[in-house]
Amino acid sequence: MEALLTVDQVGVKFERDVLKNVSFDLHKGEVLAVIGPNGAGKSVLIRALLGLVPYSGTISWKKDAHIGYVPQRIAVDTSLPLSVREFFAFKKASKGTISEVLNAVGLNDERILNQRLGTLSGGQLQRAMIGWSLIDHPDVLLYDEPTTGIDAGGEEAIYLLLKRLQDERRLSVIVVSHDLNMVYRYATKVVCINGKMVCFGHPQEVLNSEALSHLYGHEAGLYEHHHDSHTHIKN
Amino acid sequence: MNPFLLQLFVGVLVGIGAGYLGSFMVLRRMSLVGDALSHVALPGIAIALLIGVNPFIGGFFALTLAVIGIWGLERKTTLPPETLVGILFTISLAIGLLITPEPELLEALFGDITKIGVFDAILTLILTSTVLFVMPRIIPGTILGVISPDLAHSARFKLKNINLIFLLMVAIVVALGLKVAGTLLMGSLVIIPAAAAKNISRDLTSYTRLSAFFGAITAGTGIIAANAFGVVPGPIVVLAGGLMFLITLAVRNDF
Repeated sequence: MEALLTVDQVGVKFERDVLKNVSFDLHKGEVLAVIGPNGAGKSVLIRALLGLVPYSGTISWKKDAHIGYVPQRIAVDTSLPLSVREFFAFKKASKGTISEVLNAVGLNDERILNQRLGTLSGGQLQRAMIGWSLIDHPDVLLYDEPTTGIDAGGEEAIYLLLKRLQDERRLSVIVVSHDLNMVYRYATKVVCINGKMVCFGHPQEVLNSEALSHLYGHEAGLYEHHHDSHTHIKN
Repeated sequence: MNPFLLQLFVGVLVGIGAGYLGSFMVLRRMSLVGDALSHVALPGIAIALLIGVNPFIGGFFALTLAVIGIWGLERKTTLPPETLVGILFTISLAIGLLITPEPELLEALFGDITKIGVFDAILTLILTSTVLFVMPRIIPGTILGVISPDLAHSARFKLKNINLIFLLMVAIVVALGLKVAGTLLMGSLVIIPAAAAKNISRDLTSYTRLSAFFGAITAGTGIIAANAFGVVPGPIVVLAGGLMFLITLAVRNDF
């Protein structure tokens, strides 16, 4: 099967190298988790995939691939006079399409639509952003998980939503995650980075204690997955 | 045409344009840019007066150069644009003060709509209409640029082009406002109606329309009051705006 995205030897350099030798690929319907410690270059990788930062190496998307992007932690000013409804109307789409994505993310509610975008809760805002990115029927969703503003339950709900969207829409997802538990449960593949590539493959196969200690330091071996423990790397 | 009605017509048009565009300038945290920019117009006005051209043309030309300069600076993030802009603008003001002919200096600094002609009125009508026609087309990109430039880029909005178009419209509105409020008070025409509208609106449509409406009302009442008391309209327009702001602050609900 033709890959949706092929990343080969990608590097990003600002004052110093922030990312080196990253290679992986993504196929239709896969959920690829990007993990790594703080400052590992996860968000930079996502921004490189979107063409927002200059990079070396090659990033090739399948021709005409539609990419939806949900950025990390957007702070919308509560005083910004912009209703949720108006925010969705920024994308040229039919009323039917908009109403459909609002239903999909559970925000199709008059009261919420009339609210200012900046007054949504953290979880609602994330769902709004996911819904917004779905309007133009993306093939891939790039989701840069927020580290703050959402409680554990809200995070779980978002993962369930992404999982459902992925099943219903045959959507591929690239998600930056801080929660290894979520990675084990929802990701079909994982790419681990720490300034450079550490591992790539199926989570159960590649996330061994060696890879984890490369990522998070030696004690992190303790975080290796056990089926009933909740595993959360705090950054 | 009755000169007073002509003034009122031009004043209200300028108020609408400044109020409407000002609502976006405030969201983009550019409200003081309008103020600083207006200083750049002074040398342009002076040169136009010296060579006998309509001062509006001179002011507009200087402003256009300035916004293209800002646009260029915005894209070079290594320089602190604020500092450079501050330096360039005060230097412009200094040069303008030196070369503006003495009799016209007061008018250039504070504006004097009583000297408006039919040509100015037609120009104001055309340019205000242009702003009202163009701006709605770039609203999504402009607002998304405020929320998150990355989000805007990912949704394929061409922010670079949108910024340039926006800045050119700022140049138009500031150049028009100079007639009403002059170099020193122009900034208030774009800031005050928007600030007042922001106090009492929940969504973008009501905010931008209300801001245009407040711009029209303050310019209109200011000009009428100035005519009644026999004083220069510019400062009265600004004071009317200030009053409007206080009223909205008092009736403000927390949305």
